[in-house]
Amino acid sequence: MSVEENKMPKRSPFSAQIDLAKFELATEEEKRQQDVMSESTTFLKDGMRRLRKNPLAMGSIVVLVLILLLIIIAPRVVPYTYSGIITVDGVRDKSAKNLAPFTYSKLEQKYIDEGGEVFPHILGTDEMCRDYFMRVIYGTRVSLFVGLFASVLVLIIGVLYGSISGYAGGRVDMFMMRVVDIIYSLPDLLMVILLSVVLSQVITFQPGSLMAKLGSNMVSLFIVFGLLYWVGMARLVRGQILSIKENEYVLAAQSIGAKSGRIIKRHILPNCISVIIISTALQIPSAIFTESFLSFVGLGVQAPMPSLGSLANSARDGLQSYPYKLVFPAVMICLIVLAFNLLGDGLRDAFDPKLKD
Amino acid sequence: MSNDNGYLVEVKDLKEHFPVRTGFFEKTMLKAVDGVSFQIKPGETLGLVGESGCGKTTVGRTLLHLYKPTGGQILFEGEEVTENNINEYRKKMQMVFQDPYSSLNPRMIVEDIIGEPLDVHKLYSSKGERREKILGLMETVGLNAEHATRYAHEFSGGQRQRIGIARALAVNPKFIVCDEPVSALDVSIQAQVINMFEDLQKKLGMAYLFIAHDLLIVKHISDRIAVMYLGRIVEIGDADEVYHSPKHPYTVSLLSAVPIPDPKTAKERQRIILSGDVPSPMNLPSGCAFRTRCPYATEKCAAECPSLTDRGDGHMVACWNK
Ligand SMILES: Nc1ncnc2c1ncn2[C@@H]1O[C@H](COP(=O)(O)OP(=O)(O)O)[C@@H](O)[C@H]1O
Ligand SMILES: [Mg+2]
Repeated sequence: MSVEENKMPKRSPFSAQIDLAKFELATEEEKRQQDVMSESTTFLKDGMRRLRKNPLAMGSIVVLVLILLLIIIAPRVVPYTYSGIITVDGVRDKSAKNLAPFTYSKLEQKYIDEGGEVFPHILGTDEMCRDYFMRVIYGTRVSLFVGLFASVLVLIIGVLYGSISGYAGGRVDMFMMRVVDIIYSLPDLLMVILLSVVLSQVITFQPGSLMAKLGSNMVSLFIVFGLLYWVGMARLVRGQILSIKENEYVLAAQSIGAKSGRIIKRHILPNCISVIIISTALQIPSAIFTESFLSFVGLGVQAPMPSLGSLANSARDGLQSYPYKLVFPAVMICLIVLAFNLLGDGLRDAFDPKLKD
Repeated sequence: MSNDNGYLVEVKDLKEHFPVRTGFFEKTMLKAVDGVSFQIKPGETLGLVGESGCGKTTVGRTLLHLYKPTGGQILFEGEEVTENNINEYRKKMQMVFQDPYSSLNPRMIVEDIIGEPLDVHKLYSSKGERREKILGLMETVGLNAEHATRYAHEFSGGQRQRIGIARALAVNPKFIVCDEPVSALDVSIQAQVINMFEDLQKKLGMAYLFIAHDLLIVKHISDRIAVMYLGRIVEIGDADEVYHSPKHPYTVSLLSAVPIPDPKTAKERQRIILSGDVPSPMNLPSGCAFRTRCPYATEKCAAECPSLTDRGDGHMVACWNK
């Protein structure tokens, strides 16, 4: 402070006069420098920079990547399957029931004593002599798959519907939004339960296909997501588009002669893409949670396919003796849901600070 | 050209009424533009002035069919422009927008903003030609070619407006609607941009509908001036004529607000300082819309709306008393 004061030219304290001798004309070069602008930062770069500064979001990404690596690598390393009874030297080991983590059954112990090698049961085994670690891994796979698939479904339907409604405006918009209101008011869990009951009667899947493995409950869950859960996304996208449509660049595109499709694709969607990404990221944990909930009440994936919810459900039976069996799937659900939620929040803060409410 | 009277653009009794929800079930018609007629010759500039909210922007947008006209006709080179053939005219009529911030898509780089008309109308045969044209346009409006790959938000207001002008020029239009193109800019930059509009007109020969709320700016650039009040034109004529011998009390009142450098003219000029507020366009007064603020208003003004009548040399005024 004092250094700066010393630099000031001396003049009477109340004089407003500026000493012109201290000024010199700007050169052409300097004038041109006025034009030089800040470093070109794109929207994406800017957002990524802000995201990287958010420790919670970065931590969530790390956790999600670790989980992803785990569910990809583990089945290649661990020699057990999620549905098969443990075998020792080719013989089914019926004694390997409800083992604690890192313990061996009598048969396995004998085999080890004889010099054989047995892969440890990292999380023990369940009451049907299956390796519990593999079941948790596959449960995570199923839950993540359901979450992602349902979110993509919601994304596609919601964005299409919302952008048409918002762009068309007027009567079309009004009609489309009334439909949304009606769907919004349907009780979604009841719909899942009803649909899965109906579907299990109506549809038969090719044996061995992925759908058959997941079971009619899962298919009805997807259908319900596709039918019901997109309305939130549609409303969001419509609201965005209505406000973006007010911008003169949309009028400019029209006056150029751009067609509606081009205007939506080039001008409107890019300006609400951040909102779409963010709400998709937040949709994933909600879908996972719904799936877990349904599996927990017995309306989820078909046995023997595990999901985190059904694992937690079956752990209830032996809760007194083996409480850790509930802990593992529950912790996994919490980790995934929390990580996606924090990541979604981080994305929102980084890409669309306006949206914070 | 099936153009018999030599006009490039002819607007006949243009009307634009917006339905506005006033209650849960009620709708009122907001008469933003209510019977506007004017003509513009090739290469000519018609200035359109009026207070904000009087419908200038709506005239410009309806003229380009960005809003569907409620009534009236728009003729371009003698042919009627309708919803069905508007696409042919998108290359001939263009618009420069008022707000340099909201008129450029923040997610697009300058090159793509200026190139969009070229893309839409497929005005190039190769990527190289496209780039060449874009750089040419940027040079025309005084933009640095190095900035082609930058995003619009990195530019100042004046530079953004130049980008908007380059976009309008891309299709080689014969007519450009300039909707208050300088009112959002710094005063120091306004003159630069206006001079550029003049230079471009000299070089490329297009006609302008130049909208402003400031008579001085319009006087400077226009061949003719139209003065608008609440959706109607109240006076139209030669720029000098309207500026130096205004007839309509509203035009006089607009000019009273303009400082006059020459004391002699200043003394001679009659002054009207308006009192009262502009009536709501949803609830216009009967007869002449200006009568509620007009010092000369009579009973006749309340009973009947005056139409434009010629006071010599194409100087038209809509007033019973002047
Ligand atoms: N899309 C619209 N819907 C309803 N009212 C509008 C619309 N656009 C303009 N208006 C109304 O029309 C009147 C004229 O507006 P505008 O043409 O923008 O005036 P100006 O450009 O002269 O300031 C205003 O009262 C405005 O509220
Ligand atoms: Mg306006």
